Amino acid sequence: MTQTTAESATRKQRAQIRVRTLRTDRWWLAPALTFAGLFLFLIYGFWAMFDLSVLAGPYIAPFSSPCLAAATCPEGARLFGFAPFGDWYTLPPGLLILAFPGGFRLTCYYYRKSYYRSWWLSPPACAVAEPHRKYTGETRLPLILQNSHRYFFYVAVVIGLILTYDAVLSFRDENGNWGHIGLGSIILVVNAILVLCYTFGCHSCRHITAGRLNHFSKHPLRYKMWTLISKLNARHQQFAWASMASIVIADLYVRLMAKGVINFPFA
Amino acid sequence: MGYKAKFRIWRGEGGEGRLEDFTVEVNEGEVVLDVIHRLQATQAPDLAVRWNCKAGKCGSCSMEINGKPRLGCMTRMSTFEESETITVTPMRTFPVIKDLVCDVSFNYQKAREIPSFTPPADVKPGEYRMQQVDVERSQEFRKCIECFMCQNVCHVIRDHEENKANFAGPRYLMRIAELDMHPYDVADRKESAQDEHGLGYCNITKCCTEVCPEHIKITDNALIPMKERVVDRKYDPLVWLGSKIFKRQR
Ligand code: SF4
Ligand code: SF4
Ligand code: FES
Ligand code: FES
Repeated sequence: MTQTTAESATRKQRAQIRVRTLRTDRWWLAPALTFAGLFLFLIYGFWAMFDLSVLAGPYIAPFSSPCLAAATCPEGARLFGFAPFGDWYTLPPGLLILAFPGGFRLTCYYYRKSYYRSWWLSPPACAVAEPHRKYTGETRLPLILQNSHRYFFYVAVVIGLILTYDAVLSFRDENGNWGHIGLGSIILVVNAILVLCYTFGCHSCRHITAGRLNHFSKHPLRYKMWTLISKLNARHQQFAWASMASIVIADLYVRLMAKGVINFPFA
Repeated sequence: MGYKAKFRIWRGEGGEGRLEDFTVEVNEGEVVLDVIHRLQATQAPDLAVRWNCKAGKCGSCSMEINGKPRLGCMTRMSTFEESETITVTPMRTFPVIKDLVCDVSFNYQKAREIPSFTPPADVKPGEYRMQQVDVERSQEFRKCIECFMCQNVCHVIRDHEENKANFAGPRYLMRIAELDMHPYDVADRKESAQDEHGLGYCNITKCCTEVCPEHIKITDNALIPMKERVVDRKYDPLVWLGSKIFKRQR
């Protein structure tokens, strides 16, 4: 073997190992499952967006809440009876609002990780080479727009509260009297809790409550909130998936009930 | 008890080299570094490997074991099947000096590029008063043993040599976050984190966190909080407006 010195060209080289990865475990499994999970969610969301079965008894389908269109939202589905989009708006009501929760999840730090890895393969898994020749990350358009995430967070808090309100309303019967309880009420409550845990575990939320401060000791209340949010934040990925599943389940449940497919006594 | 294990080890000087096969004895309780030392003692006296503490604390023995960045001294042989062939290579992001030993000076260069701790001019050493809660966050980052495995695994430079000039890497972006969160640091680090040290290149895919032997939550606790601080400074019109109206910094 020839001797090399610090100046020789090969000495400036990395090991010339010409395989993409030497990993021997099933590194492709996690991105494959993530890909499939996100794909199924998108398909469901696309269908729900155009579906008009919004209301079943006291239950409002989460994908269409708040329901803002006079022509397509039945009286009981409207938020405080309010429908700012008059009869001129004849498209499905979901189209009016889904950009907000959609944008929230699209710019979420966890979802970014998940789709950068599973859809864009950048990288597909750790120590597995990505297929792209050039890489600029989030330094320029369009990905620099991910920095708008906190604005989606503000809207998501409102939507989270509306879903909570919907869950509370689900404890009324068809005549508007309190005291009803059905499987649907339970599903909507669980969904609201998971959505709130996801929303308040947001990294932007963590930053706004106290992460931006350098003197926690001068803001004891904000620091206390920060520690609570940090706990949710540590499980952000789990809440992202749990809330995604619960939204689909709750939404599908209400729509199937509205269509008469689900009609057992405790529904 | 003991058994013969199959190893494939990268041998060569500089970038050129090849994977060489070895069969070597393994005893109970041993780690990969022990086996490499046995190879040195019995079959390959010129096999180069960097190590020091054998306790996972000096950060010298970073290598890639079956394709994953690991500390040789902390990777137990019992985590592998006896029949498995174990492949050991040097870290793939840095130039190789010989065999498993890399030239990691890239990291020292990046460390020097970050302005050091900058206290306010009117506070003298000995006058610093800090509450535990104020420094707790940065104490997590001080656990770093500078093994450089996070720098090695980060795809921004691992897969794109050309980004090395513009990207400090997770270890040093974390250093910037540590200083930016420090109650007594007055240097403005937000603008430069993005424009000079390449925080925007990180796409928060968390491989640095996955490989850190000190289990530092690099992405969640340093990089993302730092990205949010950069948004405050550079991209959020409301924060900008607020700082103009209330004339406040933090
Ligand atoms: S999270 Fe960012 S810094 Fe860490 S490995 Fe991924 S891209 Fe690199
Ligand atoms: S942050 Fe962790 S992985 Fe990176 S150099 Fe320090 S100890 Fe190693
Ligand atoms: S980081 Fe996931 S919702 Fe904000
Ligand atoms: S020899 Fe010190 S960390 Fe492995």
